[in-house]
Amino acid sequence: MRSLVLAIELAWWQQTVLRTIGVLAAVLLPAGTLVYVFLFKMMSFMQSRLGPMEAGPYGSMQLLAEVGKWIQKEDIIPWRADRKLFAMAPYIVVMTVFLTYVGVPFGPDAWFADLDVGIFYILAVSSISVLGILIAGWSSANKYSLLGGLRAAGQLIAYELPMVLAVVGVVIQAETLNLQGIVAAQHEGAIFGWDGIGNPFILTQFVGFLIFLVALQAELTQTPFDMPVAESELVSGYMTEYSGMRFLLFFIAEFASAGAFAAVAATLFLGGWALPGVDLDADYMNVLGPIVLLAKIMLVAFLVFWVRFTYPRFREDQLQQLAWKVLIPLSLVNILATMALKVAY
Amino acid sequence: MSDLLRSYLTVGVFLGVAVALVAAILGLGRLIRPSRPQPDKYVNYESGVDPVGSMWAQTQVRYYLFALLFVLFDVEAVFVFPFATRAEAYGWFGFVEMGVFIVVLALGLLYAWKKKVLRWV
Repeated sequence: MRSLVLAIELAWWQQTVLRTIGVLAAVLLPAGTLVYVFLFKMMSFMQSRLGPMEAGPYGSMQLLAEVGKWIQKEDIIPWRADRKLFAMAPYIVVMTVFLTYVGVPFGPDAWFADLDVGIFYILAVSSISVLGILIAGWSSANKYSLLGGLRAAGQLIAYELPMVLAVVGVVIQAETLNLQGIVAAQHEGAIFGWDGIGNPFILTQFVGFLIFLVALQAELTQTPFDMPVAESELVSGYMTEYSGMRFLLFFIAEFASAGAFAAVAATLFLGGWALPGVDLDADYMNVLGPIVLLAKIMLVAFLVFWVRFTYPRFREDQLQQLAWKVLIPLSLVNILATMALKVAY
Repeated sequence: MSDLLRSYLTVGVFLGVAVALVAAILGLGRLIRPSRPQPDKYVNYESGVDPVGSMWAQTQVRYYLFALLFVLFDVEAVFVFPFATRAEAYGWFGFVEMGVFIVVLALGLLYAWKKKVLRWV
């Protein structure tokens, strides 16, 4: 966001104000869009129904109506619960989403922080949310919540690894951890000498992309990996005792982090905010870039939610086996193959 | 202040923004929502019947071995990342070195697999 007002150099506090507005938009807009387009509408059409139609044209104001409803709900904290921890959990979960967006670039000058360890930082902070979930499960003093929290912890650490190892392949190809560098590497790259569309890493890192998507699904606890909130077994898992706005915060965080992870996947594998054939340093990319990135976020999120609405839930033991016996060995092989090809060519 | 520290200052600012947003939403709710406390409302949900026993039930943490393995592989990832940025510069020497490192860890995974640690008991 350094010079959105083109060619005007802004003081640091002015940049910070712009960034603050930017991150609020980056967290809330994709989250709202994902809920309306996918959860309300796409899911309904897949199940041969219309979904919300009353509030606004085609039910597009439904989300505001929902927020208006939740905000009027009485605040209920079970008397056995650990009140401080109970209140703290939503803060941690929402905080994680904001911290994840820090590293994602939206254009040549439209970035929040140009961290040299970019993707490493993102992988590190994105795993903080498991603490919030464990705290929520533990502090509720509810058996369903406790089981949900423990399941979530086991699942998130198991799928953290394939995700991290899948990213290594991208880093080997881009030779940098900086996300702007990764975008540039994809834009200027070539696939065995052919540079017609650059080198979006989805083409040369297809196995990595698949592993990343599966791990993404599990990290977001979307079906078929939704054991932590399995309705038919655990009521609502770690969120069972949360109601009103506190529940809504978990809900927002779930979809906002879907948007954040989709943005990371789009940046790593689909070329980020760049398009083939555009000038990376052009000023207009600061406006076009966020739109392009949003389109790619929707594309990745579509895959995630398509799977979510299509497949039934795994069994808990199958979940761990998939991570440890399939995804991790596969990602190790992927790293070795990428290294060999990188050195050979 | 250097650019590096400024970048991480942004991280701190965003942390503040996140906390402020959550506090603002909850604060707004506090102004609007009703409050009619009744003792029954504050009982833990246990499918509609009165809760039985202590709420902090003892559960078997089934995955502490997974957690140990996770730490091992996470540390591996920490070592692989700096190497990955310079893979081409190190050439075949680096490939063999890193290959040995990864294969040794993969053997560890294989050992755990054969010892039936990777089963959800």
